[in-house]
Amino acid sequence: MNDVAVAAPPTAASYKSGYKPIWCPGCGDYSVLSSVTKALAMIAVPPSMVAVVSGIGCSSRIPAYTSCYGFHGVHGRSLPAATGLKVARPELTVLVASGDGDGYSIGGNHFLHACRRNVDLTYIVMDNHVYGMTKGQPSPTTEPDWDSKLSPGGTGVRSFHPLVIALASGANFVARAFSGDPNGTAEMIAQGIRHPGFSFIEILSPCVTFRPEQREWKRQMHAAPVAPTDDPARAARRIMTDDGFNIGVLYVGKRTPYPAVTGKVKCAPEALEAEFAL
Amino acid sequence: MSLPRTLAELMTEALIMEIEAAQRYSEFADAMETHNNLPVAELFRKMALIEGKHAEQIMAQMGWTTTPVTTGKRIWEGFEAPETTPGDEVHYLMQPYHALELALAAEERAERFFGRLADEAKSEAVKSAAREMQQEEREHVELIREWMARVPPPEAGWENDPDPPRYTD
Repeated sequence: MNDVAVAAPPTAASYKSGYKPIWCPGCGDYSVLSSVTKALAMIAVPPSMVAVVSGIGCSSRIPAYTSCYGFHGVHGRSLPAATGLKVARPELTVLVASGDGDGYSIGGNHFLHACRRNVDLTYIVMDNHVYGMTKGQPSPTTEPDWDSKLSPGGTGVRSFHPLVIALASGANFVARAFSGDPNGTAEMIAQGIRHPGFSFIEILSPCVTFRPEQREWKRQMHAAPVAPTDDPARAARRIMTDDGFNIGVLYVGKRTPYPAVTGKVKCAPEALEAEFAL
Repeated sequence: MSLPRTLAELMTEALIMEIEAAQRYSEFADAMETHNNLPVAELFRKMALIEGKHAEQIMAQMGWTTTPVTTGKRIWEGFEAPETTPGDEVHYLMQPYHALELALAAEERAERFFGRLADEAKSEAVKSAAREMQQEEREHVELIREWMARVPPPEAGWENDPDPPRYTD
């Protein structure tokens, strides 16, 4: 008799924690959470082998809603924490979550250098073109003419273009997804995780409280009519000239990822603790 | 959109439709509970249970014990299945009537979807099953209409919040 128990394959529910999200009803981040759990079920890696690392903001609450290991870090600093984790523990699947304020403004510099280093991370940014948690200030991706009580007449400042920046800085996988397409987004996240190196997935995720007009996005989004390319020049031209609502994998690069730390640890944690003891 | 070629393909997609509708209602119920809109949370929870039962019925009807593997080709147009309410159509102050309006719209979309599928299907088995499902969705539409007749419509200014998250004046 074979008494070896065979573990059932994980389902999306296996990756959900018992905590209920506190996002506003209607927020796109609910669907992003669903996509993340579906993607993890697709790659079938156990929750104990996944770490979800985030910074600060509505989107950065996501680690608590998963059953994986999580790190809710300092504002804009999810990428350095995730980089350290991945190079030290390469066997883990490290997913980094951020928003447009956390990721492109406070953490903008880290974004550039994470793309450049090309560590094997998957970076998802839930972009709603506004700082939602702090009540609606313009973010780097806010349109220059967005008129609000906190930005009368608009900022007049050109919007940040995350996909072009990622491509120019060396990201090895660049995609644009939409929270209203949770299954398509899940597939893109799974593809990003499987692809070696730094995978960047910009997820347009409406903020129904501070940007209610973004409900229109579901009528504007469309699948990218072209196959992904490995030619950065072609990808750049496509990304620079599309309407911003093209969703799909837009660039799949071939760069070698940054190598993980291997070999014997030269400095034990106890030694470090002793060195920095007060 | 790709037309299902066999009865099993159609029923797999129908099962996914029911599961995804149940998941979305359950997500809405959680969100409403968190925001202390308990009557609407309760209603969404009920809708999730009903859709879950429909999924169980399909499993039993097909003799499936586990969810079958899909072809990966969706049989509907658009990002989500016709019976799934888009995630952004809820409001934290919405009333039970609004929730029923959303459910009605979802069932009507499902009815139209199966009707079109029945018209376009090449296989007789698929055509007949799709017609049967269209009829079931039509019954759901009627049940929700009856339910709505027993629920008071929202008062004017239902969305007014004396301490709104966003000031627009």
